[in-house]
Amino acid sequence: METHQQPEPGFLRRYVFSSDHKTIAKQYLGIALFMSLVGGWTAYAIRWQLAWPATVVPGYGVVGQQFYNALVTMHGTIMVFFVAMPLLLGAFGNFCIPLMVGAEDMAFPRLNMLSVWTFFVATLVLLASFFVPGGAAASGWTGYAPLSDNPAYTHVVWGQTLWILALALEFASFLMGGVNFLTTALNLRAPGMTLWRLPLMVWFELNGTVLFLLSVGPLIAGAVMLLVDRLLGAGFYLPAKGGDPLLWEHLFWFFGHPEVYVIAMPGFGIMLEILPVFARKPIFAYRTIVWSAIVADGLSLIVWAHHMFISGMDPRLATPFSITTILISVPFVIIVFAMIATLWGGSLEFPSAMLFALGGLASFLLGGVTGIFLGSQSSDIYLHGTYFVVAHFHYTMFPVTFFAGFAGLYYWYPKMFGRMMNERLGKLHFWLTFSGFYLTFIPLFLAGLGGTPRRIYMPSEYVLYKPLQPLQVLATAGALLMLLGQLPFVINFLASLVRGRAAERNPWRANTLEWTVASPPPHGNFAGEPTVFRGAYDYSLPGRTTDWAPQDTPEPATLAAAG
Amino acid sequence: MITGWLPPDASSYGRDIDSVFRLILYVVGAWFILAEGLLVAFVYRYRRRAGVGARHITGETARQAAWILVPAAVVLMLDLAIDNAGAGAWREVKEEMPVSQLEVKVTAMQFAWVFTYPGPDGKFGTADDLTSAGKLHVPMGAVVRLDLSSLDVIHSFAVPNLRLRQDVVPGRTIPAWFKATRPGTYEIECTELCGEYHYRMRASLIVQTPAEYQAWAHKHWPAAKKSAQVDDRRLMAAAQ
Repeated sequence: METHQQPEPGFLRRYVFSSDHKTIAKQYLGIALFMSLVGGWTAYAIRWQLAWPATVVPGYGVVGQQFYNALVTMHGTIMVFFVAMPLLLGAFGNFCIPLMVGAEDMAFPRLNMLSVWTFFVATLVLLASFFVPGGAAASGWTGYAPLSDNPAYTHVVWGQTLWILALALEFASFLMGGVNFLTTALNLRAPGMTLWRLPLMVWFELNGTVLFLLSVGPLIAGAVMLLVDRLLGAGFYLPAKGGDPLLWEHLFWFFGHPEVYVIAMPGFGIMLEILPVFARKPIFAYRTIVWSAIVADGLSLIVWAHHMFISGMDPRLATPFSITTILISVPFVIIVFAMIATLWGGSLEFPSAMLFALGGLASFLLGGVTGIFLGSQSSDIYLHGTYFVVAHFHYTMFPVTFFAGFAGLYYWYPKMFGRMMNERLGKLHFWLTFSGFYLTFIPLFLAGLGGTPRRIYMPSEYVLYKPLQPLQVLATAGALLMLLGQLPFVINFLASLVRGRAAERNPWRANTLEWTVASPPPHGNFAGEPTVFRGAYDYSLPGRTTDWAPQDTPEPATLAAAG
Repeated sequence: MITGWLPPDASSYGRDIDSVFRLILYVVGAWFILAEGLLVAFVYRYRRRAGVGARHITGETARQAAWILVPAAVVLMLDLAIDNAGAGAWREVKEEMPVSQLEVKVTAMQFAWVFTYPGPDGKFGTADDLTSAGKLHVPMGAVVRLDLSSLDVIHSFAVPNLRLRQDVVPGRTIPAWFKATRPGTYEIECTELCGEYHYRMRASLIVQTPAEYQAWAHKHWPAAKKSAQVDDRRLMAAAQ
């Protein structure tokens, strides 16, 4: 590795067609934040319709049943594939991995650039699908065939095809990114950065990436078959032509369930990285956490059919899949209790980053335990397809995507942009988001217990659910509060770019390598190759004057001799 | 308190499903309260105070790791208990098909449910078959077997009051059963997104006393009262 500083490239190569992992991370971040506004906008229309059916949604007009189906489809697709993935893997993975392992860039910088631009095209294709004749895809984010297969069933022609294309491009993008993550973290580690000294953020990005690489293949095959069905009339999923609709469900969920962990892992990585910094304590049971994550990854590959208990597959398959599903609680209990134990005996500070990390942990707990009700084949008979499922997966996906994502942004913003964010606005942002989130989804748990099915344009028309309508109104009030709560963030994010206090190298007094270089780090990251002497969590070591010890500071003995 | 949100149960196996639900509720409820309680307590207790530093605890020694490994072992045991309870109820509802007193073919299509009765001769495909769109009449206390099929896309046959839900997949005939225990009219819903008017794909389940059901059957099947009376006795016996 060269030890000299690389020359700064020109404007276009620096900000647009850049192969620098930090710029690429910011590009992913920009797309993710923009798409989260689009996703939030769909949520707003969905929630308004559910609370006050068939009234004029301010800014939309009346939402019809066909457009409603398109909205729920696109909301899921956008939030999972165009917000969570680019935010947690694209932005944080790209930014953190090279800096944290002590590398000057990703292993394949040009492949990395191709990855973000492929993703950009995928985003354009998905957004275009809103505007084509027939409208956007309306068969759910799970795209169950035959509904998604034969245009006669939805009257959506181009929208569904573009949906498949956008996902195919997105998968290609994250395959390229994944190859980079894996190679960089394994091969470009600085001297002394052994696997057991890797920051948990890197471990968890790797866990998510490997899982993605292992699970996405079958869905790519499935998507190609769906495309061939639509364009050439092949009939892989059409019984009239000898196909089978359950084939799609298996292929989709073989990827779709691990996908939850592809997102959850980096989200947990962020929270695990932040907790020790603001507890001023080592993470509790570092190695056990890593092994638990690997076990959870492995288990997540053999649980997919819990989405299919009542699908019509052989009912004797349900119990084995129920067992594997519920077993996943064991590694997660270990991780979550390790996070709580990290606080024990600490000296806790509560900047916005820490509030979001703690809020994410507290909320994910409810998402985790409610998963048991759905993982149990018997209680799933009743709860399947209800708002209980909606509330459950928002309680898992929202904390790892948004609570952890915001925690990561407040934490790494100074390193990314060289300026501090405003803490008062950050805390306001946290409390509005937190209270809005609970106000939205606690009522939806109850609506689900009452039986209310999801993806229903007007639950208020059902005899059973008319009395539950106030829950829908409460949920919408919560969603509006949550959306409003993003204003302080947008203001803070933009204003701090120009007016924020200049960030020093290590404003949080943290140990990982990214805090040993300037904020923002120069092209090539490190002035010379760093040498790593210790793990990432040596906080509050006895006998030291400071309560932190960056990974590139020598062992205590050397330091004591020097001091 | 939480189970009070479930709609009234009107089937023979609803109670078993609800008891699995209740078991899970108690187990995860206790863990949830414990974990959140510790989290809140630690956040309060270990907030930064002047002159008090953090302790260097790595959690790597066996004694320390026990704080997370012992709970994990307990959770493993509880998981298996939940699996066991769930497997029993599942076997009853989905794997074992009891002898039925009435068989109905359910055909799903965008956006309607059609119910076909075999008629007095007990055979499908004969002239006395009775077809009813949107209304499923059944006698209380009788085991009803449904043969579910779809003409187009995937639908899901759901009756929350029966705790019954089963996807209906084109290209297959999927069996389901229930025994209603309370007379009344219950909502049948499609709970798998099936297209534009998915939200209107509803029907009614009308559970009647055996006598009322017979009256309804006689009215609609006037041709063969004799064999219907044979049915009467079977139904009466089943209801007792």
